[in-house]
Amino acid sequence: MALDIPENVVLSKLDVIANWVRSNSLWPMPFATACCGIELMATGASKHDLARFGAEVMRFSPRQCDLMIVAGRVVMKMLPVLQRIWLQMPEPKWCISMGACASSGGVFDTYAVVQGIDRFIPVDMYVPGCPPRPEQLIQSIVDLQEKITKTGTLWGTEFNQRTAPEGPRVNETIPAGVIVAPGDYSKSKRISLN
Amino acid sequence: MPFDTLQSSLRERFGSDSFTTSEFRDNRRIHLQPGRVFDFLKFLKENAGFDLLFEITAADYLKYPNARDRFGVVWGLANTATGERVFLRTFVNEPDLTLPSAFPLWKGADWLEREVYDMYGIVFEGHPNLKRILMPEAYTSFPLRKDYPLRGRGERHNFPVITRAES
Repeated sequence: MALDIPENVVLSKLDVIANWVRSNSLWPMPFATACCGIELMATGASKHDLARFGAEVMRFSPRQCDLMIVAGRVVMKMLPVLQRIWLQMPEPKWCISMGACASSGGVFDTYAVVQGIDRFIPVDMYVPGCPPRPEQLIQSIVDLQEKITKTGTLWGTEFNQRTAPEGPRVNETIPAGVIVAPGDYSKSKRISLN
Repeated sequence: MPFDTLQSSLRERFGSDSFTTSEFRDNRRIHLQPGRVFDFLKFLKENAGFDLLFEITAADYLKYPNARDRFGVVWGLANTATGERVFLRTFVNEPDLTLPSAFPLWKGADWLEREVYDMYGIVFEGHPNLKRILMPEAYTSFPLRKDYPLRGRGERHNFPVITRAES
């Protein structure tokens, strides 16, 4: 380099500096509604020590957070709350969908449980597992740090390009008059429906 | 109070054809018509020592083998001095799904009756605030009825989608 600069001066791009700072100080918003929340607590506790990755500062106000970790199933009564909390978080912000229930509804394929939060809010990382081990959550945070480092920009322009809904579109029709009838256990067979 | 003694005192008070009984192990049940429920509850509370209402629940017998009625409603009473329990049972059918509220006797009936109303649509007359307790207030179905599909009628998908660009 022909530039004559002192050796304690570093030249870089603002994007890189912003990504470096952001990815190493993620402040999680723990949206813990079920057993995944217990693993989330274990991840933050001393044995697994999320502080090694700069993400130990759990804040219970969405206004102080930039990483929402949705840990557990979200029911239809809770989803408006989830969306409101997501909208209250300041930019830049990311979302981790932790566990089978948050990602797809899990085993709770019922009338009240939302079948994956990505149908209604944008999600950056999915963590499989029921519930995931703390190592898996840590891996997702490390992966998210890599994603921020590789794709992040100072002004968050990469977010503006995500204009389409990212979850699966709903196209399920339930036939009218479907009846879940109990079996006739005296004859050990299911009675015919309709 | 042994169940025989309770039955004879009920027969003495309400007449022998106003109820039937059944027993299974230590479950002691009194079957009666919907119109007599409040009188029986009041008698059991004030004269027979059953001072605790620990449960109100219901079951939908739609398409159940050998069932004659649609909804069965159960009240569970306990005598806190002796530990005895007794269950009152009655059946209601559409379109008349009204039952008397037990709220004047036990304040604890408040949320129990709201839950039965929320899940089955059975109306308790005399309840001070009979509205949904678990499901959102805008919900229109009664999800534990057997003719309601397990996956709902699309209520769980009926929300606005927030994309990343607009949030």
